[in-house]
Amino acid sequence: MPIDVYISTVPFYAVIVSLIAVPFILFSSRIPNLREFWTLAASVIKFLLVFSLVPNALSNRVAEFTFFEISPNISLTLRADPFGVYFALIASGLWILTSLYSIGYVRGLNEHKQTRYFASFAVCLSSTIGVAFAANLLTFIVFYEMLTIATYPLVIHKETPEAISAGRKYLIYTLSAGVALIVAIAWTYNLTGTVEFQYGGLFGTVSLPDETVKILFLLFMAGVGVKAGIMPLHSWLPTAMAAPTPVSALLHAVAVVKSGVFGVVRVVGFVFGPEMMKNYGLNNILFVFAGFTIILASLLALREDNLKRRLAYSTIGHLSYIVLGVALLSPDGVTGGVMHLAAHATMKITLFFCAGAIYVSLHKENVSELDGIGKIMPWTMGAFTIGAIGLAGIPPINGFVSKFYIGAGAIESHDYFALVILLVSGLLNAAYLFPIIVRAYFKESNNQQFKSEANLFMVIPIVVTAILSLIFGLAPNLWFRIFDFGTTVAKNILGGIN
Amino acid sequence: MIWEHFPALIPISLLLGALISAPLGIWKRFVSYPIALTAVGISFTSAIVALIYVLNEGSYSYHLGGWFPPIGIEYVIDPLSSFVVLIVVGVGFFVMIYSHRSLQDELSMKEVQFHAVALLYLAGLSGMVVTGDLFNLYVFLEIASLSAYALVAVGEKRATFSAFRYLMLGTIGASFYLLGLGYLYLVTGSLNMADIAKIIPMLHENTLVAVALALMVVGIGLKMALFPLHLWLPDAYTYAPSVGSAYLAPIGTKVSAYVLIRILFTVFQPHYVEEVFPITTIIVWLSATGIIVGSIMAIAQKELKRMLAYSSVAQIGYIGLGIGLANPLGFIGAVLHILNHAMMKAALFLVSGNLRYRFGSTDISHFNQKMRIAMPWTSAVFAVASLSMIGIPPTAGFFSKWYLVLGSIDSGNWFFVVVIALSSLLNAVYFFRVLEKMYLVRQAEHVSLDADKSFHKEFKVKEAPISMLIPTLIFGAAVIVLGLLNALIVNNIIKIAIPNGL
Repeated sequence: MPIDVYISTVPFYAVIVSLIAVPFILFSSRIPNLREFWTLAASVIKFLLVFSLVPNALSNRVAEFTFFEISPNISLTLRADPFGVYFALIASGLWILTSLYSIGYVRGLNEHKQTRYFASFAVCLSSTIGVAFAANLLTFIVFYEMLTIATYPLVIHKETPEAISAGRKYLIYTLSAGVALIVAIAWTYNLTGTVEFQYGGLFGTVSLPDETVKILFLLFMAGVGVKAGIMPLHSWLPTAMAAPTPVSALLHAVAVVKSGVFGVVRVVGFVFGPEMMKNYGLNNILFVFAGFTIILASLLALREDNLKRRLAYSTIGHLSYIVLGVALLSPDGVTGGVMHLAAHATMKITLFFCAGAIYVSLHKENVSELDGIGKIMPWTMGAFTIGAIGLAGIPPINGFVSKFYIGAGAIESHDYFALVILLVSGLLNAAYLFPIIVRAYFKESNNQQFKSEANLFMVIPIVVTAILSLIFGLAPNLWFRIFDFGTTVAKNILGGIN
Repeated sequence: MIWEHFPALIPISLLLGALISAPLGIWKRFVSYPIALTAVGISFTSAIVALIYVLNEGSYSYHLGGWFPPIGIEYVIDPLSSFVVLIVVGVGFFVMIYSHRSLQDELSMKEVQFHAVALLYLAGLSGMVVTGDLFNLYVFLEIASLSAYALVAVGEKRATFSAFRYLMLGTIGASFYLLGLGYLYLVTGSLNMADIAKIIPMLHENTLVAVALALMVVGIGLKMALFPLHLWLPDAYTYAPSVGSAYLAPIGTKVSAYVLIRILFTVFQPHYVEEVFPITTIIVWLSATGIIVGSIMAIAQKELKRMLAYSSVAQIGYIGLGIGLANPLGFIGAVLHILNHAMMKAALFLVSGNLRYRFGSTDISHFNQKMRIAMPWTSAVFAVASLSMIGIPPTAGFFSKWYLVLGSIDSGNWFFVVVIALSSLLNAVYFFRVLEKMYLVRQAEHVSLDADKSFHKEFKVKEAPISMLIPTLIFGAAVIVLGLLNALIVNNIIKIAIPNGL
């Protein structure tokens, strides 16, 4: 596939804009409205910058920006290839909504240390876009670790003993992962002399012993798999639900965990490449872990009463959908997996937003307390229903489209077992999400009957993300051309095989 | 022109500064500090000039008193020595700026003597770096060591005991070095490094050369606090005054590491130390053990400076590991870590000095949010330096580990890769433990016990004075800037300095 690289500062500005906002946020900590203005301004500018890269990316014209050499022969380089732009688009787009929602949330709860909260958020988004645009493994790890550190203040935001121990667990997992990733990168550099992401994989013609490749792959997966919540590396995620809900919504359903999944796809598609994945049977390793995670996470979600923890397990399962889709290494499978990155983002962020809205207006966080809530918070629960239907894979929500493609991909590559996993997990999704809806609408609330929605800052983002899930279910190619991105990325990744 | 003499100027301006500042300081106390600062300033400037000169014109040999080597003493300014000497006097310069207020607080009435001793210490260290003569090196080593003992001894009550122990072990180290040098002189008949380097290849079969090498490595290892010869270090760093530790920790042991590099790779040369008498293998394994033991011991500490001291043992291990790997990437990692660790440790010890200045103690169990609220900048520097110690990119600490990992993989020894990876996690444990307290733990409730005292403290607590804060911030910023610019340093300085045959 012809790739046309041009030098542009747009990726640089897209990364840096929220970092520039940080000092402004810090120095206007006394004037909340001004402070939130900086956050919103940065998020809108960031989104527009990323959006401006879309047309070129889809025609495989790739913007590149090099900072400087960061280690001999390795530069700190940003490259806005289709996959990177796609992920950056999702993260930055949802940041706008999350920022609005955050304003409602932290003010609704009178949260402490709001400045630190918004500042860390901005750093997280810079790192996420950096992860998306990283052109080589060293640039990737720089932003990946920045993201780890910037998320920490958000996880421990409440500063309760529970939050602090969640923070510890989070650090133990993610820092260990970072170390594994660094070793993997250093090893790759030692073997190939390059760390540049390349179509078809960077190993090229280097021939390696079987065990070397497998151990290296597992090291990579340990590195990116922690954030991607692949079992058995997932257990930090439910614990990290101690964070405020907007954090869970954007970071633990979109930015952080998807950076992990993004890393998995990068490693599969651009480090090892499809040919090597197949020749060494690496896709089967990935397939087993992903399939296992999907089923087990869904089962674990069933027994959680805390709404956010239930959603966290659901996230773990759905992240592995993406991994599964890519592990199939068939055009439709990869397309579906990549599309699920966006689909899961809009659906899960809706559900998390709803959980937060319920917490703010009713101070309830357990599923068993949600009886009759549909009448109390009609908009919120309406949105929740759309998200839940989508996660179960029922049309016309976008979760159906991506799942359909993963299923088609499974048939394409004759992995019928994947199909079974998809169907079973679809049922399990329904089993852990629909009872919430049933409670909300068909059971009587025992103490409260009047309507009590959360404030508009929160309700609007909830409704918007729910509608987005619906629209992208009906017209996946509208506006952001998610479908085109799916197929383009699939071609980028599989170019060598088909 | 005086600039022609810049290699000599680096140590000599410091020596002269010590000589002038002490008597004048006794006459009028306030003049000692400006004189001392000027002396370090001249030395710092000369070191910058030396580095620029070397990068543009190549290595430079200065013959002291016009006597030609190997008879006369030679000062060699090559990429490696100019780089290390700049670190030494650079750190010395900023710590000197810092020391003014801190000493007034901790050692009032002793500043004059302290400045003079500190100048002697820096003179000794910088002399060790620039000299090309092994005996002259010994002389400077003794100057540096004796003044280092004094820097420790002037501290709190237990400091005298720590300093005595440091003195005993340090003297043993110096004696070992001298003994080794004696043997070497016996067989080669020369004291000049370059001269001996030419003779050694003819003496590969000679046991006396091997004995000389072993003795010198043990001696320098003691000075460098290479595990298991580090026993003097934790007490010395803990009980020295804040400024004393800030002088000792970032550069003291690093210069010995530099001397080890010189002895192994310049004097005896890679072929000899790797194959004929594989002493690098011993060094690399001891260093790896030191990394793990030092990190674990650091976790067990309750006092910030003591924790940092054990962390130094581990960090020296990184440098030793890089040296012992004896391959180009390991060498880059070791030399880069000399710089990076100097910056990180300077930042951390200055932070601990700031905390002591405002809170009177650096006991970790007393840390709480009040520190961060009172001293936001100091805390921020601590956080940045900690992340660098853990090895989070893009801070400086990450890159030295990066080269060390590359070097270990290159040598095919996966055990060292595991050691470096594991030590990162151990570092994370002990640094995040402190950060957690500093940023998250609310102030304890037992204020009522002595309300007067705590009120008094409350009144005192604010950010450190500007003359202490700025050096702290400079080191904190250096940790990030040097991390981002490491390729510049590696490509332009360290790569040129890689010894032949490595």
